[in-house]
Amino acid sequence: MRPDDRRYMDSHEWAKPQGELVVIGITDFAVQELCSGNEGDLVYCDLPELGRRVEAGQTFGEIESVKAVADLNSPVSGEVVEINKDIEDHLEILSEDPWNKGWLIKIRPDSPSLDHLKDAASYEQHVAAEGH
Amino acid sequence: MQATTLHDVHVAHGAKMVDFAGWRMPVQYGPILEEVQRVRNETGLFDLGHMGRLSVSGPDAVALLDRLVTNFVAKIPVGAIRYGLACREDGNPLDDLLVYKTAEDDVFVVANASNKDTVLAWFLHHARGADVKIQDHTAALAMLALQGPKSQAALQPLVEDLDLATIGYYKFAFATVAGMANTRISRTGYTGEDGFELYFPDAESERIWRLLLEVGAPHGLAPIGLGARDTLRLEAGMPLYGHEIDLEHNPVEAGLNFGISFKDEKGDWIGRAALAKVKERPTRTLVGITTDGKRAPREGYLLFHGDSEVGRVCSGAVSPTLGKNIGSAYLPVDLAAELKASGGTIDMDLRGKRQACQVVDLPFYSRTRK
Repeated sequence: MRPDDRRYMDSHEWAKPQGELVVIGITDFAVQELCSGNEGDLVYCDLPELGRRVEAGQTFGEIESVKAVADLNSPVSGEVVEINKDIEDHLEILSEDPWNKGWLIKIRPDSPSLDHLKDAASYEQHVAAEGH
Repeated sequence: MQATTLHDVHVAHGAKMVDFAGWRMPVQYGPILEEVQRVRNETGLFDLGHMGRLSVSGPDAVALLDRLVTNFVAKIPVGAIRYGLACREDGNPLDDLLVYKTAEDDVFVVANASNKDTVLAWFLHHARGADVKIQDHTAALAMLALQGPKSQAALQPLVEDLDLATIGYYKFAFATVAGMANTRISRTGYTGEDGFELYFPDAESERIWRLLLEVGAPHGLAPIGLGARDTLRLEAGMPLYGHEIDLEHNPVEAGLNFGISFKDEKGDWIGRAALAKVKERPTRTLVGITTDGKRAPREGYLLFHGDSEVGRVCSGAVSPTLGKNIGSAYLPVDLAAELKASGGTIDMDLRGKRQACQVVDLPFYSRTRK
C-alpha cells in the first residue's frame, strides 16, 4: 500500500499537504515505468522556476530517462515556492525515496482542497488496472 | 500482439517487455547504457525473432529482385550480403532490407518487423507471371545476433565445423551451431560492431539461447534489449525505418547511396527514375546532431537556425560511447554544408527553451576509425 497521507493523480504524481503548502512528487510506479529499476537510466529532471504559476492538470516540468521523456503534471493550481535542488544532480533519490527525499516542488495553492485527486486506495486500483 | 519463442525466457531474465512493431519484445534487461557499453567492449546477445525473414527462389528470382530492390542483386556473389531498399515508384522506401545471395537462384531477404507483411505483399504482387517461389520463414526460423568485439570468441566454441574467422564482413556461411546443422551464420549486425547473425529452426531457440549465454559468459556475453540496440545503431549512423527513412524520406537524402545501383546493367527498377532525380538535386540531407546540453534530442523536436525552423529530430539518444546526447535530422543541403564547415550550431526547441546542437557527419561512431 502506498502512503495514505497524500493524494494522487492518474498520471502518477502525488500531492501532500504541508501547512499552507502542497508538496509534489512522483510515485514509485512512475519511477519504475521510466527506468525499470535501473536508476542510472534517469538522465534529467526539468523543474520550474521559483515563482512560476502552475495550473492543475498542466505540465510543470519533464523527467527524462535514457529512452523516454515524461511530463510532470501539477495536481493543484498555485505558485511554485520551493524546488528540490538536490534532484537535478542526484536523480537516484527518486528511485531510493520517491515519497520523502524525492519531492520535486512545493506549491502555494489557490485552494487547499485535494479532494479532486485520488486517495491511496483508488490510486492503487488505478495502478493495478495499468497492468502492474 | 505477437511474441517470439523466447518471450518467457526474457521475462524470467528480468527483461522489461514493450510493444514494438506488433511484437512483445525486451527493451532492456538492465541499465540501457551498460548494455550499450557491453556491446561496444565485449559482446551481447539479441533475440531478433521479430524481424521478417523471406526467401525468393527460382529461375526468375534475381531478375525479379533487381526490379524490386535498389541494390544490384545479380552482382552479389553467392555467399555475400548487400544492403538495399524496396521503393515505390516515387522513390520512397517501403522498407530497407538485407539481401543474402544463397545461390544464383535463391535469395534470402531480411525485412523489418513492421514492414514484413508489406514487403511480402509487394513481392507477391510484382511476381505474378514470374517463375519464382516466395516464402515467409519468419515463424519457422529463429534469428539471434551476437554483437561486439568478443562475439567470435563467444560463438566459436559452439561452431564445430567452421572457423568463424573465414567469414568476412557482410558474408555468410552455413555451419553446425550447437548441433544444428545448416545454421545460417552471417557477419552482419545493426550495432556498428563486429558480430554475427544466426538463423536456425525456431524450435531450437531456447536451447541455443541458453547454451550461448553459458558458453559466452567468460567473454562477457549477456542479453541486450532493443533499447540499447537503438542507441547502438544510431551511434553507428544506421537508419531505422519509420525514423530516418519512410514514405516521405527517400534513401538518397538519407545518405544510403551505397545501397542503390544506377548501373545500366541492372536494368530499370521501381523507384529508379525518381531517385535519380533526387540524386541530381537533393533538397535536404540527413545529418548527425550532438549536444553537450542536458537534454537528449528526441524524435519530433523542432530544430531552429536563428528564427527559422529548419528541421526536426528523426531519432535521439543518450550516447555513452560519445559521452554526449546525439540525434539525427534532415537539414537543407546548403545549411548542413555551411554548419559542418563553420562549426555553427542549430537550436533544439524544448517547449520554448533552446539548446544548442552541433551539426556533424554520420556516423558518430565507427569501429574502424576510432
